[in-house]
Amino acid sequence: MTDMEFTGSTLTAAGPAAPPLLELSGLRTEFATRDGLVRAVDGVDLRIPPGSTVCLVGESGCGKSVTARSILGLVDPPGRVSGGHIWWRPPGDGERVDLAGYGRTDPRFRQIRGQQISMIFQEPLAALSPMYTVGDQLGETLRLHRGLSKAEARDEAIALLRRVHIPRPEQRVDEYSFQLSGGMCQRVMIAVALSCEPALLIADEPTTALDVTIQARILDLIAELQADTGMSVLFITHDLGVVAEIADEVAVMYLGRVVEHGSTEQILTDPRHPYTHRLLRSVPRLGSGRQRVLPTVRGQVPHGARRPAGCSFHPRCDHAIAGVCGTVDPAALDGGDGHEVACLLYDDAHRPAGRTLPLTVVEPAPTPEPAATAVTADRPPLLDVRDLRMLFPVRHGMFGRTTGQVHAVDGVSLTVRPGETLGLVGESGCGKTTLGRCIVRAETPTSGQIQYRDGDGDPVDVTRLSGGALRRYQRDVRTVFQDPFSSLNPRMTLRQIIGDPLVTHGIARGSELTDRVADMLRRVGLSPDYLDRYPHAFSGGQRQRVNIARALILGPKLVVADEAVSALDVSVRAQILNLLRELQDEFQLTYVFISHDLSVVEALCDRVAVMYLGKIVELADTATLFTAPKHPYTEALLSAVPVPEPGRRTRRTRLSDDLPDPVNPPDGCWFHTRCPHAVAGRCDQPASPPALETVAAGHDVACLRHAELHLDGVRADRP
Amino acid sequence: MTTTLLPEDAAPAPEPGPAPADRDRASQWRLVWWRFRGHKLAMAGLVVLSGFYLVALLASFLAPHSTSWFDEDYIYAPPQLPKLVDTSGDDWNWGLFVNGYTMEQDPETLELTHTTDPDTRIELGFFVRGESYSLLGLVDTNVHLFGPKDPDQPVYLLGADHRGRDLLSLIIHGTRVSMTIGLVGVLLAFVLGVVLGGISGYVGGKTDGLIQRVVEFFMSLPTLPLWLGLAAALPRDWGPLQRYFAITVILAIIAWTDLARVVRGRFLSLRTEQFVTAARLDGSTRRRVIFRHMLPSFTSHLVASLTLSIPAMILAETSLSFLGLGLQSPVISWGVLLEQAQNFRAMADAPWLLLPGAAVVLAVLSFNFVGDGLRDAADPYR
Repeated sequence: MTDMEFTGSTLTAAGPAAPPLLELSGLRTEFATRDGLVRAVDGVDLRIPPGSTVCLVGESGCGKSVTARSILGLVDPPGRVSGGHIWWRPPGDGERVDLAGYGRTDPRFRQIRGQQISMIFQEPLAALSPMYTVGDQLGETLRLHRGLSKAEARDEAIALLRRVHIPRPEQRVDEYSFQLSGGMCQRVMIAVALSCEPALLIADEPTTALDVTIQARILDLIAELQADTGMSVLFITHDLGVVAEIADEVAVMYLGRVVEHGSTEQILTDPRHPYTHRLLRSVPRLGSGRQRVLPTVRGQVPHGARRPAGCSFHPRCDHAIAGVCGTVDPAALDGGDGHEVACLLYDDAHRPAGRTLPLTVVEPAPTPEPAATAVTADRPPLLDVRDLRMLFPVRHGMFGRTTGQVHAVDGVSLTVRPGETLGLVGESGCGKTTLGRCIVRAETPTSGQIQYRDGDGDPVDVTRLSGGALRRYQRDVRTVFQDPFSSLNPRMTLRQIIGDPLVTHGIARGSELTDRVADMLRRVGLSPDYLDRYPHAFSGGQRQRVNIARALILGPKLVVADEAVSALDVSVRAQILNLLRELQDEFQLTYVFISHDLSVVEALCDRVAVMYLGKIVELADTATLFTAPKHPYTEALLSAVPVPEPGRRTRRTRLSDDLPDPVNPPDGCWFHTRCPHAVAGRCDQPASPPALETVAAGHDVACLRHAELHLDGVRADRP
Repeated sequence: MTTTLLPEDAAPAPEPGPAPADRDRASQWRLVWWRFRGHKLAMAGLVVLSGFYLVALLASFLAPHSTSWFDEDYIYAPPQLPKLVDTSGDDWNWGLFVNGYTMEQDPETLELTHTTDPDTRIELGFFVRGESYSLLGLVDTNVHLFGPKDPDQPVYLLGADHRGRDLLSLIIHGTRVSMTIGLVGVLLAFVLGVVLGGISGYVGGKTDGLIQRVVEFFMSLPTLPLWLGLAAALPRDWGPLQRYFAITVILAIIAWTDLARVVRGRFLSLRTEQFVTAARLDGSTRRRVIFRHMLPSFTSHLVASLTLSIPAMILAETSLSFLGLGLQSPVISWGVLLEQAQNFRAMADAPWLLLPGAAVVLAVLSFNFVGDGLRDAADPYR
């Protein structure tokens, strides 16, 4: 590979035999903002061949969505397409047109949007109007673009809903979007997008807001529909696992430019650009066990108005050539096999002597967890949750009569040992967040006990605490919030935000408070100079560090981290996970780590509890749970996680996305409606809701058939 | 391991505009001010309003005459144009002056009509001696900013009214009452709205229900008949200013409802914000959560809504006085002055009597521009 000839390529010459359906060349989209001109898309070249799936990958702020929106003329002012071409070759007549030449309000766009190119978005609920039924919205598209009558449109709508595998389409056609789950809504959006049989479907992070189980089903559906109709798909995602799952070709974007482009195989197994390298390595991979330190990408994506000169990645690059990468603009180089990379290291004119290719990454090998951890099973538990229940009333009608109750947490018992990291996983709505809120007493549970034992003292029941005793408890048990933006008061400086707990607990004020806050900032990796800055000056990752500092300033024993890294980009996520780990060692912390991301949980946690509809269905140490799960739900969750390795699109356990109504859970095992291993007459009997039972030391399962089933963990189907 | 402890970036993202570090450290009000400054119309409004309040403060000094001064010889005298140079003589005669009047009496109706006489010349001067007054209630003086050098000469820059009073002086004195009498009412409505809306939104449940029913009751009261009733019901022996003050206070007790609803809505949406939960878990008391964490995040919106409600009070005063229900002579306000313009004949003879209306329009527009600018600048974190 070292001797491989890299030649400058003109994109059209290197194109495949079939003319591309869509070809972007030198596309530029700019936004004139108060902070200066932001070149969100800065010279993107991209081809989408007919019938294939092209993935655009990159962290947020890299211009993926703006590229997609530019194609359809959906960029809102002050943004505008300022240069380049968008060559669209409509299927059939083959005369290509330049969409970049159309104005934003050009009527010709209407012909293309919806009929030839369709788009689906990240938030399916926001994309559907709550005022109209699903059938109305589908029917409108059909009547407008295909000229069907009202009755025909309704029949066609039902057929489309059936085609996207919505159960009972005859009923669903008359329902409103808010009556459907997120997965169902995304299916409806896909049905709308498909209604005019487009030649190209643009999918902008269509599964990011969905659970892994649902995501797997939606990806299956898109692949299946593509096979049926032969359409092309431009799929935008930040998740390299999804890429492996669905893409034929991948374009990696960084700051508005494509830095690497190749087949999925090439990108995932032979990444050439240092950014792709780092991106791939910073994702914790399912099945790699508990990791000491995750590799990260240094720094963060800079603001679009402050693009570094030369190669825009060079300030974060470990391989940057001094004096070159900061000045020379890299061009796309073709390795001769269609694998293009925009990096000066691959340019013979610039590569200094002695640098060898491919890149070798210098970093400590991920050390496996040392056997002797601080977790000791014999010490009394820090927290002992017993039969905890949290019910929320469902009110109806004018006078708010209680007509039912949602069992957000339904009889949960578990212990948290001092010094361990306990993971709580499950799909959204399974009650993991409510359980976390009960533990920190942001909610008062309906019934049950939470025994908290500080050191060798007597345990206290947290659910009964109030006033001063509650405040003392909340000093020991702190929380790190999910959303780095809404969890910091925009009107307060870092000194006030982080120091506020010290003031309210009467611990420190004045210069002592400043000293403590400055010290804390240093520990979480922020400069004490930031004391008087406001949160708006910080990026998501930095804000999450502030959140952690606020949690730790009181010297807590237990920290509940509720999806603390899910709002962050992959490279920053790894930084924060490493920080959490370091702080745990430094302050002897115990974590309850709530996440829907199983690969993160595997990398961080000692034990994991899997929740389904407010109950724990399986609880075991991480290695056991991930390699030898005993509950079919755990198996399904594990198999739904996309892994960034090509050739892993194997048979998976797929769960239906038709979740049972939490107000009226089904008889018997609550999971039997979606369980691939359920046995009629046994799992669905009213007399048989399974209780959590211990099947091995430290391994509890709530499944009626756990003894007979042999389930696959993540390593079992690994080559 | 140390690498991960490094800051993610050497410094928070620098931004152009004011020096980057300043921007990151700037408090909310500083940011609001920076954005407000960019709003040209609002800045103009702010300048005009500052002017109005300065006039209100120094009315007796700025006005050539007091409110009680009149000269029956010059009823409905037209406005005079101040001139800088007199060319009527042989040479150019510099100096600020106005032309005097010639009077004619209609022999049948005995009505006086005035026309400016280009031959007479009344010299104007700055800091001239006139009627005595007490400046800001502190200094007794008789110096006026400008006026005729001879206090007995007639000067009516904006014309005279039906009693021969100087309209300019009246408008200047009227500014005082018109721009301030609503403020107490607005402030009262503001406090009531914030407190009741805040309780309603933060506490929720039954309290919320009760307060919202009260809001709905007050909103269903028809205001104009209420004004009429109140004007009739107030004790006769109160002075006109006192009566009007009482009416504005009562109006305020009705007018807090809109603001209460807005505040309640803000509280409801803020209550679910994570930083409020965080403050609660940090051990803050309920009062601290409300006043330190929640209220500051929409004070700027409150200030904007406060600014927008002042013109409503000014208009209310004007229309009430115009109808003869609000202030009455001898109190001087823009509305009282406009009352003279009800008479069609007076209007035809002396259209300058509408000039107090121009002052009202200017003041209300300025308040609205400032309010709009504040509202746009209120959320600097978008």
